[in-house]
Amino acid sequence: MNSDPKLERIAKGNALALCATGTWTASFAPVLERMVADAEKLAGGPQSIFIDVSEVAKLDTFGAWLIERLRRNLTKGPVEAQIAGLSTNYSSLVDEVRRVRATAVVDSSAITITGMLEQIGRAVAGVGGTIAGLVDMLGAVLAAWFRVLIHPRSLRLTSTVHHMEQVCWRAVPIIVLITFLIGCIIAQQGIFHFRRFGADIFVVDMLGVLVLREIGVLLVAIMVAGRSGSAYTAELGSMKMREEIDALRTMGFDPIEVLVLPRMMALVLALPILAFLGAMAALYGGGLVAWLYGGVEPEAFLLRLRDAISIDHFIVGIVKAPVMAAVIGIVACVEGLAVQGSAESLGQHTTASVVKGIFFVIVMDGVFAIFFASIGM
Amino acid sequence: MAGEIQNPIIRVRDITVQFGTTRVLDGLNLDVKRGEILGFVGPSGAGKSVLTRTIIGLVPKVAGSIEVFGVDLDSSSTAQRRNVERRWGVLFQQGALFSSLTVRQNIQFPMREYLRVSQRLMDEITMAKLAMVGLKPEVAERFPSELSGGMIKRVALARALSLDPDLVFLDEPTSGLDPIGAGDFDELVRTLQRTLGLTVFMVTHDLDSLYTACDRIAVLGNGKIIAAGSIADMQASQHPWLRQYFHGKRARAVMT
Repeated sequence: MNSDPKLERIAKGNALALCATGTWTASFAPVLERMVADAEKLAGGPQSIFIDVSEVAKLDTFGAWLIERLRRNLTKGPVEAQIAGLSTNYSSLVDEVRRVRATAVVDSSAITITGMLEQIGRAVAGVGGTIAGLVDMLGAVLAAWFRVLIHPRSLRLTSTVHHMEQVCWRAVPIIVLITFLIGCIIAQQGIFHFRRFGADIFVVDMLGVLVLREIGVLLVAIMVAGRSGSAYTAELGSMKMREEIDALRTMGFDPIEVLVLPRMMALVLALPILAFLGAMAALYGGGLVAWLYGGVEPEAFLLRLRDAISIDHFIVGIVKAPVMAAVIGIVACVEGLAVQGSAESLGQHTTASVVKGIFFVIVMDGVFAIFFASIGM
Repeated sequence: MAGEIQNPIIRVRDITVQFGTTRVLDGLNLDVKRGEILGFVGPSGAGKSVLTRTIIGLVPKVAGSIEVFGVDLDSSSTAQRRNVERRWGVLFQQGALFSSLTVRQNIQFPMREYLRVSQRLMDEITMAKLAMVGLKPEVAERFPSELSGGMIKRVALARALSLDPDLVFLDEPTSGLDPIGAGDFDELVRTLQRTLGLTVFMVTHDLDSLYTACDRIAVLGNGKIIAAGSIADMQASQHPWLRQYFHGKRARAVMT
């Protein structure tokens, strides 16, 4: 039954008949398109043309449209092409496609220099928008927080504890493992290079200061931005897509209070804890390598560490943690609430959340370094 | 090919589907004949969508066999299965349009994968499909998130019909549409069935659809087909659920 489609030209007196036979369906669309394109070249000839479709075995939208297109293209000048021999089964289908206007589709994806310049301009202007959005969210979160301070019962404790479990408790193994390895690497590299100057023991000073002041908190913040910041954005984003946030709003709840504040509080509490655990793991790893690879006995390591670092180093490190947590949380929530209807948009905003989160964490770290240097800590 | 005309287009035999310990479908048999519009009804949660998804192959079954176009889907080769999938179209309950593609790209997606035709022809066919489902050409460049619920249904139908399938599965096509829109949709399905010779497998709750669009009705209950036949058979049935369904307040309103 599925026979190859054909379009034969038969001269009948003064007229030319185009006899369509076989199966005119989607499966044969490429062949059909070529045949029809060939036949369209007959347009403008002297004789009148009609298309005979009485022998067509099977017709679907593709076939019907191609016959209709052929008819339209052959109808140039005074001679109108006709379709003949249409069975009643298919006439409604042909009528259906006859109503279609062939509108040219404009493809707006062409790359132009002005278009690229425009994009650069928009991106630059977008930076201002990003900062405004962050400040806006910071204000909204603070306002919600003050409301909670005044009415402590409106705090969503269950939700906060749930998020604490997600971002703090469940993050402990991976954070401890990674910071432990980083501590090991720092110690190994330090010993390897300091040994040339006979200064092996200074590796303890370097490890202590570096881990407590910088690496501990910075590394942990970057990991948290990747792990929890992205999760926040994806959660809020998909809630936005499914109109769950609109639903909250119509019930008289403030999404900031219900969704954002518990997440922010969990993160602000979690990051100092994780940073502390991370610093301890890094010191432990460094001490282990110093002992096994550098031959520094644990007692000597601890004695040296006590001399090398003061509580100031620890404070400088840990003070940064809640601020970085707030930055990560705000960026993640702003991006989450900015998600539009498509899956693509969700992906873009999750990426932006992590990239911007890490960027701001590093910027904040620089600002803190300048600040602590100027107050002499 | 000749045998296929007499044989049912879908033949479901003794299928059992289980989630954990809950048995949703229990030795169910169903035939769908070529060229008919089968309305599939049953109480909420009876497993109508599960049966549809089982036939399409999205839900694994514990036992039984499914034949579509005479091909047993369990023992078929990948090529055979691909060929069957090309000949059916599915309209999901929520539309399931690809959110990152425009309406035009959504409708062209199956064509682009399966047919080697020019962009021009694809664009023209897309416009024809949009016109068939009653949408304006301007809709083509919009994204799914910019469409109303009814438009999403229509675009999803256009995508399901993109390759001119022989069989379409419609999962609650008229739910969420206003009565006029739903009436248009029924009319549309009827027209398309006539013009394209479609076989339609329609899960629905809409009594109007059952009366105006469907040739035959199958009723699901307790994991089995409890009745199948014309609307008149359904009305004559003594089964308690059917009596309630077809003689309730809403049913009387439709009949008068």
